[in-house]
Amino acid sequence: MNTSLSWIKAYVPELDVTAQEYTDAMTLSGTKVEGYEVLDADLDKIVIGQIDKIEKHPDADKLIVCQVNVGNESVQIVTGANNVHEGDKVPVVLDGGRVAGGHEPGSRVAGGVKIKKGKLRGIESRGMMCSIEELGSTRDMYPEAPKEGIYIFPEDAKVGESAVEALGLNDVVFEYEVTSNRVDCFSVIGIAREAAATFGKEFHPPVVAKTGNGEDVNDFIKVTVKDSDLCPRYCARVVKNIKIGPSPKWMQRRLASVGIRPINNLVDITNYVMEEYGQPMHAYDLDTIAGREIIVRTAKKGEKFTTLDGQEREMDESVLMICDGEKSIGIAGIMGGENSMITDDVKTMLFEAACFDGTNIRKSSKKIGLRTDASGKFEKGLDPNNAQAAIDRACQLVEELGAGEVAGGIVDVYGKKKEPVRVPFDAEKINRLLGTDISKEEMLGYFEKIGLGFDEAASEVIAPTFRQDLFRLADLAEEVARFYGYDNIPTTLPRGEATTGKLSFKLRVEEVARDIAEFCGFSQGMTYSFESPKVFDKLRIPEASPLRRTVEIMNPLGEDYSIMRTTSLNGMLTSLATNYNRRNKNVRLYELGNIYLPKSLPLTELPEERMQFTLGMYGDGDFFSMKGVVEEFFEKIGLHKKEVYDPNSGKPYLHPGRQANIIYDGVVMGYLGEVHPDIADAYGIGTKAYIAVLDMPEIVKKATFDRKYTGIARFPSVNRDISMVMPKEILVGQVEEVIEKKGGEYLESYALFDLYEGAQIKEGYKSVAYSIVFRAKDKTLEDAEVTEAMERILKALEGMGIELRK
Amino acid sequence: MKERLQSIKEEALRAIEGADMPEKLNDVRVKFLGKKGELTAVLKGMKDVAPDERPKVGQLVNETRAAIENILEESKIKMERAIREEKMKQEVIDVTLPSKKNMVGHRHPNTIALEEVERIFIGMGYEVVEGPDVEYDLYNFEKLNIPDGHPAKDEQDTFYINKEIVLRTQTSPVQARVMEQGKLPIRMIAPGRVFRSDEVDATHSPSFHQIEGLVIDKNISFADLKGTLEVFAKELFGPDTKTKFRPHHFPFTEPSAEVDVTCFKCQGKGCRFCKGSGWIEILGCGMVHPHVLEMCGIDPDEYTGFAFGVGLERIALLKYEIDDMRLLYENDIRFLKQF
Repeated sequence: MNTSLSWIKAYVPELDVTAQEYTDAMTLSGTKVEGYEVLDADLDKIVIGQIDKIEKHPDADKLIVCQVNVGNESVQIVTGANNVHEGDKVPVVLDGGRVAGGHEPGSRVAGGVKIKKGKLRGIESRGMMCSIEELGSTRDMYPEAPKEGIYIFPEDAKVGESAVEALGLNDVVFEYEVTSNRVDCFSVIGIAREAAATFGKEFHPPVVAKTGNGEDVNDFIKVTVKDSDLCPRYCARVVKNIKIGPSPKWMQRRLASVGIRPINNLVDITNYVMEEYGQPMHAYDLDTIAGREIIVRTAKKGEKFTTLDGQEREMDESVLMICDGEKSIGIAGIMGGENSMITDDVKTMLFEAACFDGTNIRKSSKKIGLRTDASGKFEKGLDPNNAQAAIDRACQLVEELGAGEVAGGIVDVYGKKKEPVRVPFDAEKINRLLGTDISKEEMLGYFEKIGLGFDEAASEVIAPTFRQDLFRLADLAEEVARFYGYDNIPTTLPRGEATTGKLSFKLRVEEVARDIAEFCGFSQGMTYSFESPKVFDKLRIPEASPLRRTVEIMNPLGEDYSIMRTTSLNGMLTSLATNYNRRNKNVRLYELGNIYLPKSLPLTELPEERMQFTLGMYGDGDFFSMKGVVEEFFEKIGLHKKEVYDPNSGKPYLHPGRQANIIYDGVVMGYLGEVHPDIADAYGIGTKAYIAVLDMPEIVKKATFDRKYTGIARFPSVNRDISMVMPKEILVGQVEEVIEKKGGEYLESYALFDLYEGAQIKEGYKSVAYSIVFRAKDKTLEDAEVTEAMERILKALEGMGIELRK
Repeated sequence: MKERLQSIKEEALRAIEGADMPEKLNDVRVKFLGKKGELTAVLKGMKDVAPDERPKVGQLVNETRAAIENILEESKIKMERAIREEKMKQEVIDVTLPSKKNMVGHRHPNTIALEEVERIFIGMGYEVVEGPDVEYDLYNFEKLNIPDGHPAKDEQDTFYINKEIVLRTQTSPVQARVMEQGKLPIRMIAPGRVFRSDEVDATHSPSFHQIEGLVIDKNISFADLKGTLEVFAKELFGPDTKTKFRPHHFPFTEPSAEVDVTCFKCQGKGCRFCKGSGWIEILGCGMVHPHVLEMCGIDPDEYTGFAFGVGLERIALLKYEIDDMRLLYENDIRFLKQF
């Protein structure tokens, strides 16, 4: 929404503020000014001059030398323009003044262009005569300006006066961000009302006297509304003996100031009232309306209709149409039809000011793919009581401008009249909600300024129908707050019962995950929750895998963002690839993010969201570095038991011989491995990459931050080493399992200290050596006790086909 | 005898003085104090001394031994100290050579900003809670006073899964979820991922994060909201930060406000960063709409409250002067390492 300052002042004549003061105060009272443009910011020393004499330039064919009377003196100006004559009144920028830009449209220069006296082909020139473009505007906004050349004022222009003022360029245009609840502020009157209240000035909206001749509009037109839910009100008036012509300058200027191009008196009046009252109107050529009858009904399925822009469009049964006795003549609230539009030889015209259901207009506008100024206003849900005021105002302007003869009366199809809302008022409650101490009288004063009534007996505020946002006390509190000033409301902190600030247990575990990952050199990445369904093929996930059962987005930004991810791998691999492509070395990344697993498809309840702790790396480090990170994390969150690694994890995207499920306490907590070289190729990662994915919900179940001190050993330990040769297929994990199982109560720890394959070891075998530590808490161990435990271990190992080396 | 001991002592001192390395001191020890050393020899000769003189001679021998041992020890310490000094002179390093770093990872700027916000509110007694990313339309819209056909629903460019289920467009549905549980009073913040169908560019992302705040108690006022957010802004952006509350509209709060803070780059003087205004918009807030309270089973005559929503990326971009939102989701290690 835009308005010029001068247009606001038309209704608030006492308003005397700078653009910045206006911006600040309006924003703080709730009408946010996004910005403003001072139209004459780059214009300086420009007056109306009259050309007294024109002579040819002695040395240049295309130049003329003009003597121009600028009021108190006559100046000589050389110009190349060929549209000026002796006696013309023109804008003249004097020596030392500024214009906005060159004479080509759109050639504005930031800060303007300074004009200095000089010589053109030897002849002195002091100042410049200006085109409309040089004054920072366009012929679109000043249709009377010549196609090329100097702007020429009408004869009654006063020589010596400001040309900027004469053109209405001494104005400021404000741009507002109007919120969806304030439909009334999508009009100049609405904003002017707010401005008057904000600055404490009188508000003078237009006064519309009775219009129309002695005829009866009902003799011209009949209106039937078939669907009064979609069209609560339809007002029609008729204008005959139409005289199309330009609208007056003041109207053109106001329209131009808000970016609307003046066309002719009828179009301009319609646009003017739409801006002024916020009520879109439409004009039909009455002679094209069959049966002199308007019927408002929904379209037929598949109905084709050509709008006045010449486009054929297809409707469906939900779109509301304006029809005559035979055919559709307009899409209600969106755009009129080509078949009924006003042309230059229109004789009689039908004015329509209606109120349509906002939601329906918005949906129809989307469906048809056509959004217009009118639909933009209707879709906000307009006040039906405004429709008649607007159409009467339009008819008044028709009469004032001599654009035609208005027939008497109005056709008004208005079902259930919209009544003002009464809102119970309680000053004390408002003060309690705001934390203020504002008197009742002061509050009532604010209400009065914005046109709200008050019923003292019932203690009710009466909200006029243009205020569709006032229903209950909280709404009144906002009105009080914004005029009292948000910045005047005190600042306090909530009192009352103390509460404990904390993170949930889940979030605490996630915090440890981040800490450990970072200690281990991994940086945190973030990727999108949605991705392409193609990732499953890219990751070679089998057709039957449950991972392919996804939550799909109905209206995605594109296929690449169309499913909610069921694995965090693609995000991680893509991030690693990005880094690899950019030649970053030694990259370690982690992500904590959800995957989304549908419980049933199609989705009837929310999917399960499982937080995944995903680690990925390439460069320094290997499978066992990754394994180390997992174990450091488990240790830190109280998962002290031994993890089991099952190499039969069956992940098609991992190296078949370098992957494992991570099992803790019998539960699979996740997996890790080397990325399958084919998959790495598919992502463009040209080196070995490793990943680990941990399923946080399972981990959180087992995690604990409870710790118990177990004492520091005081008695000496006994160390025994064993050295074995075993088939390669036997995992050291199996050996460790035996040590743990058979080690007995004194087993303290064990560690692999040698692993060897190759020369001196027979083919298919490996040599493995462990150091085992025994210790008792309460005594020095006897040799026999240790020997006994060792014998149990050795016996069990031999039973597995492991050969002990002495 | 006395003379003999004296001469042994002098001889030993000379030998000690002549020693130039610890090994030679040891030779001196062996020669004079060892089992076959000269003092031992004197003791062995005691049988030739008159019995009544023996204690005296014994004492003399011991004194001589102690004297030699003392000097030996002193010389040894001196000598070792000198050697160490010499060694350290050889060990001088160039302290300006590069350090050996452990590889330490870096936290995502979003998380750093989030943790700062969490720290501030946890300190004020707020609990951090979460809600689902994939959410019912009911919670994302309806319970927040945004019924079907409400313009705000269209404005939000929602991703739909089906008619009833959406990707949440805001963290506000967590408000409704927490209020419905009926445990009062409430002081919570709810950070999380939200989604809107915006094409990716330098300032837009279809997936970003918000932090929702909610306080419900008896006698909570707009003044409390102002005070709370003022504390928050000062903690987050520095103690000189000023806040400005501007009236605004959100369907689920009334009265509503948008909050600006003084530009932390120019301290409110106006610069390119704040487009010359001196202020930067950081969040939206308001008093919880009574109808929202009612829909969640809370009596608006007894309880009032306030809510606010902050864009996490907005805070991160502002605080760390990141000029392109896309950087946050590329995960280029050279970007992440700067945090």
